[in-house]
Amino acid sequence: MNALVVSPLIIPLATLVATLLARRAPRLVAALSLLGALALTAAGLALVGLAAQGEILASQAGGWAAPYGITLVIDRLSAVMVAITGIVGLATLVFALAHDDDPARCRDFHPLVHGLLVGVCGAFITGDVFNLYVWFEVLLVGSFALLVLGGGKRRLSGTVVYVVLNLVATMMFLLAAGMLYGATGSLNMALLARAFAAGEVPITAHAAVVLMLTAFSIKAALFPVFGWLPASYHVAWTPVSALFAGLLTKVGVYALIRIVTLFWPDAGVAHEVLLWVACATMLIGVLGAAAQTEVRRILSFHIVSQVGYMILGLALATPLALAGAVFYLIHHIVVKANLFFIGGIAARLTGSERLAAMGGLYARAPWLALLFAIPALSLAGIPPLSGFWAKLVLVKASLETSAWIAAAVALVTGIFTLLSMSKIWNEAFLKPHPAGREGERSAAGLQPAVWAVSVLAAMTVLIGLAAGPVMDYAVAAAEQLTTPLGYINAVIRAGGR
Amino acid sequence: MEIIVSITVGVLVAIGIWMMLDRGLLRVVLGVIVLGNGVNLAVFSAGRLDGRAAAFVTEAGAPALAANPLPQALVLTAIVIGFALFVFALAVLKRSWELHDNVETDRITAVAEEPSPDLPAPPVPAGADAGRRTAGGKRAPTTAGTPAAHEDGTT
Repeated sequence: MNALVVSPLIIPLATLVATLLARRAPRLVAALSLLGALALTAAGLALVGLAAQGEILASQAGGWAAPYGITLVIDRLSAVMVAITGIVGLATLVFALAHDDDPARCRDFHPLVHGLLVGVCGAFITGDVFNLYVWFEVLLVGSFALLVLGGGKRRLSGTVVYVVLNLVATMMFLLAAGMLYGATGSLNMALLARAFAAGEVPITAHAAVVLMLTAFSIKAALFPVFGWLPASYHVAWTPVSALFAGLLTKVGVYALIRIVTLFWPDAGVAHEVLLWVACATMLIGVLGAAAQTEVRRILSFHIVSQVGYMILGLALATPLALAGAVFYLIHHIVVKANLFFIGGIAARLTGSERLAAMGGLYARAPWLALLFAIPALSLAGIPPLSGFWAKLVLVKASLETSAWIAAAVALVTGIFTLLSMSKIWNEAFLKPHPAGREGERSAAGLQPAVWAVSVLAAMTVLIGLAAGPVMDYAVAAAEQLTTPLGYINAVIRAGGR
Repeated sequence: MEIIVSITVGVLVAIGIWMMLDRGLLRVVLGVIVLGNGVNLAVFSAGRLDGRAAAFVTEAGAPALAANPLPQALVLTAIVIGFALFVFALAVLKRSWELHDNVETDRITAVAEEPSPDLPAPPVPAGADAGRRTAGGKRAPTTAGTPAAHEDGTT
């Protein structure tokens, strides 16, 4: 079995163990943890390099043939998701270096982040429905502990909401996996996809897929089941909420894309429903953001709204639309994590994250203003930044399939996003600080955070300027997604039957 | 047999959902557990219930009377994971109990929706910051010993 295929699992797992063993030496923990994230990023980029050649890498865990063994599959989409997970994980750990004023918290933070990364990477590379459930649980346990890290009433309350609703979603997924096995006798995604394509599955299997998609919709925070996200993300420690904002809902989106393209590749009722859900998600998310007055709460609602765009790409189901969804995923993870980071730095400098109590940042820290402007404008879709290309492709795909309403909603949502970002800009950056110079806090010790933010901002600009190669990759990834036969054959070659 | 199990699953899920709609957080957590057990039972039954032979595959092939062992393995995994999550949920419940006087779900959401508190002011003026950082790194327990100052801090 190919060592590179399992590396996204082995690297964070080994780092998790190493950071736990080194608990007594905080500096060693941080060093090991950064090293692990760096190795994960390198492995992810190597996988992208391999996947870019067009071959789908499949491997059977332990050499057991499918359907008995667990299949690990790396196609273009999985590879790029692993790479971006490594990058955002690394940025989060570097950012957290600037906030290491509580050694006890940092000691727990590093192993937990790697625990979360194991789950996220596992979900991206698995080719087995039940295994996907297990990875979801792994990342869920990590996220529970990370969310509540640091303690306090408010944080604990947010965690309660998050825990209960995510547990319910996970149980729905487990039930769906059980039903699917009962109906088809297989849990291997490729073999299931083959059975679905051949029309050999009973109607109960389709019912199980509906249940599964509902569970993923909760995870991805789609309308109308997104309530848990804005109720919990804003209470976490800044690096944690940035990591969640970047990665967690996107695992749900990835699972939706994977399952829908494999099991129901042809546009049907499900795509119709997803289209309306996507439109509602985009609009309700951005309108919810308009009512908020705190930086992270505004950004949390924007996560919901942006997830709608990716689902729009999935719902349209044309190769171009799926390419847009993949491009959107890549762009969004970087931009959203970065905005949460910048919100954290702004709160550190002004002493609050309530917009009313912030201000004076433009005069005081023009570099931060620039760093905020890049991801904020990218989120709203201003050329030539990455968000523009993502939105352009999705709107073009909507127009091509005569989904006029979806195209209109996507454009209107872009305008509202810009309004929302200019609200943060006016309040936190342009307006003088309400407490005058008294309210300003020292910027000492923030350098690592600024590096992390600068690198992510540079990536946003780079993806925007070099949109060609990234879009080519996304188009090729979409091609693989629209022809599930390649995926099925790769798994069968690797030992499936 | 299937009928009995189906009804049991239905009743367990119904009880679970009904308990999760309760105002008390304890009921909600217990409801999640009951619901989880209903789901586990449903998955278990996916592998046939009336197996009378052990599921050992011989040269002659799989015994006809054996139940499918895979869902049993799946359920075992799910039970273990569910147990870990249950323990975490109980820990959260206990801590909520200590921090809030009552653990009603309305109160929990109200607290989570409160406006974010101001960050604690830095303990020393800006000029002395460089010195404070090295001191903080070496004498770790002093900062860790005052969690109350950080309790609701957001960064």
